[in-house]
Amino acid sequence: MSTAAGRRHVAVVGAGPAGLAAARAAAEAGARVTLLDAADQTGGQYWRHPAEPLDHLGPDDLSVQHGWRTYRAPDDAVRSHPSIDLVTGAQVWAAEQHDDGPRLHVLVGPPDDLDRDALTLAPDAVVVATGAHDRTLPFPGWDLPGVTTAGAAQALAKGDRVAVGGRVVVAGSGPFLLPVAATLATRGTSVVEVLEASGARALARGWLPSPWRVTRSAGKLIELAGYASTQLRHRIPYRVGSAVVAAHGTTRVEAVTVARLDGGWTPVRGTERTVEADAVCVSHGFTPRLEVAIALGTRITPARFVAVDDRQRTSNAHVWAAGETTGIGGVDAALAEGWLAGHDAAGGDPDTADARRAVHRRQATREIAARLARAHGIRPGWVGWLSDDTIVCRCEEVTAGRLRETVALTASTDPVSVKLTSRAGLGICQGRMCSPAVSSLLGAPDALEARPVVTPVRLGDLARAGSPTTKRTTSHGTRPGDEHSTPERKDTP
Amino acid sequence: MSDVLVIGAGIVGAACARALAARGAQVTLVDRGSPGTATSAHGEGNILVSDKGPGPELDLARYASTLWPDVVAQLADELGPRFPSLEYDRKGGLVVATTEAGAEPLRAFAASQRDSGVDARPVSLAETLELEPHLSPELAAAVHYPEDAQVQPVVATEALLASARLRGVTVRAGCEVIGPLGAGNRLGGLRTSDGVLHADAVVVAAGPWSGVVAERFGAPVPVRPRRGMVLVTTRMPHRVHHKVYDGDYFDATQSVDAALQASAVVESTAAGTVLIGSSREQVGFDRRLRVEVLRAIAERALRLFPFLAEASVMRSYLGFRPYVPDHLPVIGSDARLPGLWFATGHEGAGIGLAPATGELLAELLTGGTPLLDPRPFRPGRPGLATDAGPTEAAPDDAQVAS
Repeated sequence: MSTAAGRRHVAVVGAGPAGLAAARAAAEAGARVTLLDAADQTGGQYWRHPAEPLDHLGPDDLSVQHGWRTYRAPDDAVRSHPSIDLVTGAQVWAAEQHDDGPRLHVLVGPPDDLDRDALTLAPDAVVVATGAHDRTLPFPGWDLPGVTTAGAAQALAKGDRVAVGGRVVVAGSGPFLLPVAATLATRGTSVVEVLEASGARALARGWLPSPWRVTRSAGKLIELAGYASTQLRHRIPYRVGSAVVAAHGTTRVEAVTVARLDGGWTPVRGTERTVEADAVCVSHGFTPRLEVAIALGTRITPARFVAVDDRQRTSNAHVWAAGETTGIGGVDAALAEGWLAGHDAAGGDPDTADARRAVHRRQATREIAARLARAHGIRPGWVGWLSDDTIVCRCEEVTAGRLRETVALTASTDPVSVKLTSRAGLGICQGRMCSPAVSSLLGAPDALEARPVVTPVRLGDLARAGSPTTKRTTSHGTRPGDEHSTPERKDTP
Repeated sequence: MSDVLVIGAGIVGAACARALAARGAQVTLVDRGSPGTATSAHGEGNILVSDKGPGPELDLARYASTLWPDVVAQLADELGPRFPSLEYDRKGGLVVATTEAGAEPLRAFAASQRDSGVDARPVSLAETLELEPHLSPELAAAVHYPEDAQVQPVVATEALLASARLRGVTVRAGCEVIGPLGAGNRLGGLRTSDGVLHADAVVVAAGPWSGVVAERFGAPVPVRPRRGMVLVTTRMPHRVHHKVYDGDYFDATQSVDAALQASAVVESTAAGTVLIGSSREQVGFDRRLRVEVLRAIAERALRLFPFLAEASVMRSYLGFRPYVPDHLPVIGSDARLPGLWFATGHEGAGIGLAPATGELLAELLTGGTPLLDPRPFRPGRPGLATDAGPTEAAPDDAQVAS
């Protein structure tokens, strides 16, 4: 759907750091841009913010909104640029590859709305910036109320400024544990302990024993220095080589069992101790959201990221990818990659000073992403803390014992077969949550199963799908500090 | 050294291996991928007589229909209560015509099936709505087929494989056929990615890839992939009780546009999801999603069950059926290369026809007497001599996505 003027039309999927940077760079390189995000706000998972003006927050709240200025700049640019059409509440539910380029099928409006507007885009280029979601490894009791993903706890604290409990244990792996603990602490929650599964040796190999020291020199990957000082102020113990191996309680979490782990993450017998807590926040890093990228036929690496070249081009000549879909590298990587992807997708000159600077920045952040993976990558021994009755797939309530039993009975570890014989991964989340854990249990690589329907869609919407878009209300959503914007009518792209 | 090598560990290969082993043969089953994960994992698990007109395929389907309850009981007995359930359910089929133009052909089709012994009961609108209270009352005709059944196809395949292993069958996954082995005009085994495997007989049961495999033996058969898509909803209370599909395929068969045919096939699973099919396209092994196909399926399904408009489709999947131009399975030995056998070409009916195919092939291969005339299915039949293409679709053509 190139315009009559012959300008390239770039569709950017996802308005987190990478998507915002991509949209801005593409527009500045002369393209017409449609920026889509399923949420009502821009910023993605990273730049979550309370749904009220920032000016009302105190200094502690402001510290929670980390990187706020970094966010405001591309966000302002995206909102004010005449060539960028920002569509929030826009769910891409299907992506097609045609010989003449991609098609994106989008529904715009609240997900429970029975009459969402359908939008079909046929852009010259797509930038996939769909980000990542929390990865959580199961443990006995993880389905009790009071156990949340660290991301959800963070979102509650940041967005709604609600704390998840009074005495919280934060556990898992990765530098994200620290900002989560810090955010919770500023909400008046008592963070009892922060438990990092990776041991000192792995951390030293990847990072350095003190993550905040590295980040200072590496250019504030996640602004850990701030968190470290917050932690110090709140005196939160940070233990490495430890994990929550069980949560206990009747109607909700009352206590957890903490154990030391060996270098392969196997719990060390005899090191268990009980810690009283009414909430547990768990994070084992992030899983990239690959549905759109897979639907567009891009090559996926064995580590399950979109394969990109030095200009963020994928194996599909019409598709670029940036941010966490190409490697878990944090916000600076996302901004650099987003810029490069948008610039190149728009046909921008790869040899400008800005482009060279972005390539340089991206190289630096790639190094950090590799360190992150080395330091915090999941080790296989974690399955040792599962008991037979630990639920692995929560949608279908499949236990670890049943999964192992099914594998033994059918003599198959193929994910397609195991899914259909055990039902693990067949529920509403379609394995988005449990697939990594199931794959670890099977000892089989993650199943790269295409999900032709990217996200659940009503049959009624499907029956109307793909018809030419006639009209649509553009909603730019709101953000803190904004007047509530009046929805405006725009022409169909 | 095996007596028999079976190529393809889908449900048809599994059923053949199991039936051969039951007759004392040493069988090795090879699959280039993982057993039961290709065509067998991408259908609805149909065991149908309703969609077959009088003739050899209906005879095979009726034979299969009588075998299934015994097979299910045997498998339960052999594999124990902890084995995942096959979810075998003789739920019955309900075929409806939504237009007056489709009503008379449906009634005539049912009458011809009755003459062949099928339990095909024309039902009034009131009776139809008693069978399916949520069905749209805008119907011109309906026929109830109590013999139609459904099975969970992947569990069924894994169960047949597990049973075959108990009978001494070796299953080799990740083993791709490179070519034939043999001296002179006699097949003596296979060259594979895992090395040489010797056998007196080789059975090609590679589903839609059978044509490709047959080429490697220099004995081509016109088996081609015919793509189908199925939608799966989230779980809901059971509101669809039978396999319900529209019989308006007569219109589709009149069409010269063979690119896409869609018909509504709606049924619940034991888990509470609803499966919504189906489509037929000949696009090779192209796996790219086409939203127009999903839309066509959705539109037709909503004509039958308007309440599904608010149902949430959580996934869709696509698979390839083994299509042959004369719409009959290919079962038997190939006169061009002694030792080469086929059990393929079931298009959308492979799940249901698998046990009957296994019995038929095993009887023929071990020199027994099959309970069914095998001649219509032989690889050397005239209907396979020329590839007639997909436009000459028989009435059983426009339905059902197994």
